[in-house]
Amino acid sequence: MEWLLFVPLAALALGTAAFVILLRNPIYCALALVGTFFALSGLYLLLQAEFVAVVQVIIYAGAIMVLFLFVIMLLDVGHEPPPWLRRDRPRLLLGLGLVALLVLELAVAIGSWIAPGIRGPYTSDYVNAVGNTQLIGRLLFTEFLIPFEITSIILLIAIVGAMVLARRQ
Amino acid sequence: MLLSYLPILILVLLAAGFALATLFLSSALGPRRPSKDKLSTYECGIDPVGSARERFSVKFYLVAMLFIIFDIEIVFLYPWAVILNSLGLFGLVEMFFFLGILLIGLLYVWKKGGLEWTT
Repeated sequence: MEWLLFVPLAALALGTAAFVILLRNPIYCALALVGTFFALSGLYLLLQAEFVAVVQVIIYAGAIMVLFLFVIMLLDVGHEPPPWLRRDRPRLLLGLGLVALLVLELAVAIGSWIAPGIRGPYTSDYVNAVGNTQLIGRLLFTEFLIPFEITSIILLIAIVGAMVLARRQ
Repeated sequence: MLLSYLPILILVLLAAGFALATLFLSSALGPRRPSKDKLSTYECGIDPVGSARERFSVKFYLVAMLFIIFDIEIVFLYPWAVILNSLGLFGLVEMFFFLGILLIGLLYVWKKGGLEWTT
């Protein structure tokens, strides 16, 4: 049953991710990335991480994509041919080397004990009993209170930084 | 749990199916009689002015950045609202602290004129 949902979602994620790299118009790439985000959101749902799935759509497919689009329009990119048409041999070799390294890493990770994960105190039965969002809220506002409050300072720095960058001219 | 998301899946499939079917049907059934006016870019009926591929103002960047920041703030509010009853006064205070720091940011942008579009 789970495979029935996992395989199409994974295929959608990989397919749209490929479009992000292969399409020439950066606006189309950004739209393909939205597809990737939605597929990932579906995968999070399969992992029973409901809150993360919804946040994935609200933050990534919503806000971050708007920023990407505005930056693409701001920089006015998209007139140059994509990298694989430029016949840039050193970069091609570097890219292939990095891909080989990544595949090797994945093979080692899946082959070893890391991939199955370590069983923590929050099993999916426990999370479902308490409620996904409730548990995140309870941990966030008690155990991880300091990181949460620091987040507000990081966001404040982001506000000031954006303001300074945008107003400099 | 997944079963409760079935309506969303059906909605997504219906929406995607309708969009694709409309595109396919209009290209398969519609007559093609192109003319110069029909092929030009549609800009609310006015003759197109220049290319759409031009650099946008940096103000859009600021708007997008502020949108992300306050979007993230809202995401934090959601799990807080769900368990506010069990957190009590402590939860109220810590969230107002969080909101207060972000309010400083909003006031800063406001004072600096970041919300003004015409300047």
